[in-house]
Amino acid sequence: MNIKELLGRRLVFFDGAMGTLLQERGLDAGEAPEPWNLLHPEIIENIHRSYLDAGCDILKTNTFGANAVKLRGSGYETKEVVTAAVKIARRAVSACGREAFVAMDIGSTGKLLRPLGDLGFEEAYDAFREAAVAGERAGADLILIETMSDTYEAKAALLAAKENTALPVFVTLIFDENGKLLTGGTVAAAAAMLEGLGADAIGFNCGLGPDQMVALLPELRSCCSLPLVINPNAGLPRSVDGKTVFDVDAGSFAQSMFRLAQDGAWIIGGCCGTTPGHIRAMVERCRGLSPAVLEPKNETVVSSYARAVSFGTRPVLIGERINPTGKKRFKQALRENDLDYILREGIAQQQKGAHILDVNVGLPEIDEPEMMSKAVTGLQSILDLPLQLDTSDPVTMEKAMRLYNGKPLVNSVNGKKESMEQIFPLVKRYGGVVIALTLDEDGIPDTAQGRYDIAEKIVRTAALYGIEKKDIVVDPLAMTVSADQSAAHVTLETLRLIRDGLGVHTSLGVSNISFGLPQREIINAAFFTMAMHNGLGAAILNPHSEGMMNAYYAYCALSGADGQCMDYIARYAGQPSSPPPSAGSDGVGLHDAILRGLKESAAQGARALLTEKAPLDIINEEMIPALDKVGKDFETGRLFLPQLLMSADAAKAAFEVVRGGLGGEGAREQTRKEKVILATVRGDIHDIGKNIVKVLLDNYGYEVIDLGKDVPPEVIVDTAREQQVPLVGLSALMTTTVPSMEQTIRYLRREGLTCKVMVGGAVMTQEYADSIGADFYSPDAMGSVRYANELFGH
Amino acid sequence: MKVNTQEVLRYLGYRGQAADEDIYRTIRDCTNELMQEAAPRHIHQTVNIKRLDDSRLMVGFTCIDSRDLSAHLAGCDQAILFAATLGARVDMCIQRCSLLSMGRAVIMQACAASLIESWCDESEQPLAEAAARRGLYVRPRYSPGYGDFSIEHQIHLLTALDCPRKINLTMTNSYMLTPTKSVTAVIGLTREKQSCHINRCMECTAKNCPFRKAETP
Repeated sequence: MNIKELLGRRLVFFDGAMGTLLQERGLDAGEAPEPWNLLHPEIIENIHRSYLDAGCDILKTNTFGANAVKLRGSGYETKEVVTAAVKIARRAVSACGREAFVAMDIGSTGKLLRPLGDLGFEEAYDAFREAAVAGERAGADLILIETMSDTYEAKAALLAAKENTALPVFVTLIFDENGKLLTGGTVAAAAAMLEGLGADAIGFNCGLGPDQMVALLPELRSCCSLPLVINPNAGLPRSVDGKTVFDVDAGSFAQSMFRLAQDGAWIIGGCCGTTPGHIRAMVERCRGLSPAVLEPKNETVVSSYARAVSFGTRPVLIGERINPTGKKRFKQALRENDLDYILREGIAQQQKGAHILDVNVGLPEIDEPEMMSKAVTGLQSILDLPLQLDTSDPVTMEKAMRLYNGKPLVNSVNGKKESMEQIFPLVKRYGGVVIALTLDEDGIPDTAQGRYDIAEKIVRTAALYGIEKKDIVVDPLAMTVSADQSAAHVTLETLRLIRDGLGVHTSLGVSNISFGLPQREIINAAFFTMAMHNGLGAAILNPHSEGMMNAYYAYCALSGADGQCMDYIARYAGQPSSPPPSAGSDGVGLHDAILRGLKESAAQGARALLTEKAPLDIINEEMIPALDKVGKDFETGRLFLPQLLMSADAAKAAFEVVRGGLGGEGAREQTRKEKVILATVRGDIHDIGKNIVKVLLDNYGYEVIDLGKDVPPEVIVDTAREQQVPLVGLSALMTTTVPSMEQTIRYLRREGLTCKVMVGGAVMTQEYADSIGADFYSPDAMGSVRYANELFGH
Repeated sequence: MKVNTQEVLRYLGYRGQAADEDIYRTIRDCTNELMQEAAPRHIHQTVNIKRLDDSRLMVGFTCIDSRDLSAHLAGCDQAILFAATLGARVDMCIQRCSLLSMGRAVIMQACAASLIESWCDESEQPLAEAAARRGLYVRPRYSPGYGDFSIEHQIHLLTALDCPRKINLTMTNSYMLTPTKSVTAVIGLTREKQSCHINRCMECTAKNCPFRKAETP
């Protein structure tokens, strides 16, 4: 019988700790245990045998840290360590004379993935793939991915195991007592992602003792339809005389594990501090117990690394602003590779109350897969909202789904055969909830029944791919009411039919309804309320629209979804019933607003000036003199860094207005000066200094190409060459990364580029800068502006 | 755990001058936001110290070649290996802030720097008390990267304390801690009640550091 067949027939028992026992047998604290598979195979085998004697069904191989990232520099290869480890476990199983299984154990790389750390997702994937494949070849029966505290790393490992082996994969994560991952993620968010990716069983290990896991298990069970694995420590660790000890003895451990099995765990065992004694007591205590009934959960859930959003309790708001359609400024940002602009749109929508952000960066002239990857990674590095990946290009969709940390909303599939053939395999592979549009080869049906039939076809076809109904959200399409008076009626009727007949949730791009009409928000808000009343599950809308948000909060209060109207009261109590006269008309002129670092006033001042002055004159006569004064005050110690930068922020806000006033592309070019590359060099992840210089150079009109942090020399060289950039600014904060700066400069020179190089950073000095061949050393934020202005004669 | 406003101003380049009310208000706002985002954790372990020669010493199972650390641990037979972090969400918070306003971002960054120092002090307090019960005094925290204590020893501290697993503290290939608002350190334990007025800052050899505290008479 293979392990999957055994699940649910009876309880299945994992072994206990390996490291704890190895330390008793002479492994030093801080010494890696994996080489012992080669150095002391007999010790490892003895430990395995003692666990089998204790009655466990599954052995975890001694391969927790056996991956290329962790073994780097150790002199050992993943394959040799894993092969030896699996063979040892297999030998122990053969010797025990009964059926038992070998789990190829995969632990964390010990590194944070990009963008928070420096390990690339695909690099992590490769390391896990190598380990998983070696484990399968050596004869493992299953793969256990364990002690993961970051869902992103868990995703890399799970994908690697699923895509490259045929073995069942169990995944256990390490939560704290509050039910949070160390990265802040919730149980529901992690479960949604792992289930979507096709894990065969999931659960908890390490971090907590059995009693704490008893408290957490109901939360997992309530949101997860998979078999549950629980491998706790022998209590919470305590330090005695410099040694870590665990307090829960075998008897108490067994008692708590019995409780965990009663509460729904199917696969139980131990982690740190547990011994064959613990496992024996557990097996004896639990043997007679039947596995609890596993109930499928039918909730529609999407997640980010941190939070889950489920459909059904109240309408879900999907922010639509990250989309170039009809937005000149957004298109410009995409063309200029201005990721920051996109990220700011994301932050603003979260502040306005969006639950999910739609991300669409499709523009014919840009590299959409590349831009989508950047946008998804960038948004996930600053926000914890789930994302709706929105593209019509399957290549872009796959890349985004692969890189996404969580279970995304996928926008979209429709009833066309081709669309379903492209999208469903992706949803099956990476997990996700997919938006299904009720149109097919014959177009959009005029009737509710016609649209319902397409939805039904989509749900039926999805099932053939193994995609459940709960992972489909139907968009019955809002059509323009000005073109067809029955449009709203048909859409609303479809909503009802789908909710009642098909039992799936719905979503709408609400604002289509008002196309071609004046004061669209009035129609949109009324239609939105009607749609919610007819069962709408989610709306794609502009969270900045007061009318729409008012409709939402009012509906939730009226429908009872907002318990005791708490959210409504929190939002509107204390708000004046009519808006105050337009804020910010404080009479501060643009020049003064910049001096005082007042963002709103600066933008407003610029707007006022545009009616009387040419944009270029505003820049040269008002803004630059103000910036010069602030810069000078900073350099002479009358002003400090935060004030300098607040002025810079104010000037930036004004620039946005003034450049808008310039209109066409050609005119915009007039305000642009030379291109300047800025980068934090390879190996360095501190970018605040670089960002300071960026905002100042930007103020003075330079076209800053921000390559980010941890930038390899070749990227800097290639960009400088391709875009003919005359000035490169490099930043490094630590002594250890200055060599990387030197290497970059040498490479630029060797490639014959004539650009100037300026450097800065905490450890940098003039002598240091000279010794690595930089053209200029900037001791502070203003230095770089001064140098650029001198260099280019401004 | 709290933010020290004077320290924040010093990080921002103020040298004793008063800041205007806007700055103080922003410091308060940033502090509140950080308190929401921070998930402070720490971990420690006591190890034995064995001196091999003038500059080399065994700290637990790791051999460290550093005259400065040797001098710092003079008179210590034991040391506490220590690591603390504010968690990854603080990094995200600073990053988010950088996109909206660099003026606010530098203040947020300075507040976070002050907060991790305060978190280290707070976490160290019970360790000092426990040591005192054994008749031992703690020396100031000494981190990889100080003096000639190579930053490459970061890996040894992280491994010995099992930081990635226990507190999700990791490092990059170039030995930088991630999350960035984190500290690793060796804390000497000694029987001698040494007069240790010297501030950590003043002991550092980076004499040109812009953040160096003013000499006190």
